[in-house]
Amino acid sequence: MAKECLCQANEIVVFPCSGGSNCGQIANNVAVHLTEEGIGTLFCLAGIGAHIPGMIESAKSAKRIVAIDGCSVECAKKTLEHVGITITDYIDMTKEGIAKTKNFKLSQQDILFIVKRAKQELAKER
Amino acid sequence: MRIEILGMGCLKCKKLYENAQAAVKELNVQAEVVKVEDIQKIVDYGLMTTPAIAIDGEVKAAGRISTPDEIKKWISTK
Repeated sequence: MAKECLCQANEIVVFPCSGGSNCGQIANNVAVHLTEEGIGTLFCLAGIGAHIPGMIESAKSAKRIVAIDGCSVECAKKTLEHVGITITDYIDMTKEGIAKTKNFKLSQQDILFIVKRAKQELAKER
Repeated sequence: MRIEILGMGCLKCKKLYENAQAAVKELNVQAEVVKVEDIQKIVDYGLMTTPAIAIDGEVKAAGRISTPDEIKKWISTK
């Protein structure tokens, strides 16, 4: 494995809920998009839920913490708050007009819309 | 007590290592301060950013250089 330094600060970290609905999986796709575009870094919400200290401390060092919830149950938000991580940017997809279903044929239009919304949030000064 | 400084060995990691050594010296405690540069071990801790410090296997901070005072507090509460 190449010796790659991890000392660059993760300026923006993204936590999708990655839940068991279209919205949860759209949230996951949005986080992947943001990571691939170099805007933020997808972090593992399950690791936070499992109280892995390395993951919690890594997340706390970020300047912006984005949580993307698929619905108003707010699992990502609550999981992060439970360990004392302060969310700077938050999206609840159902409040963005995307209906929660069990249809996993994800809409690219919905994914790109939430990517755009995340970018809008990140463009705001915090 | 085992204090691990996790990182690939850049200047930030070296500074954190020095801070840990200073904390141990000031408290006059028996502790081993070691550098961990193996990326697999770093990833096994769940770390996504470095430098990081772990005391007896528990990560205390990551992505920043902890001060000697912070490290002294963690050592004292062990």
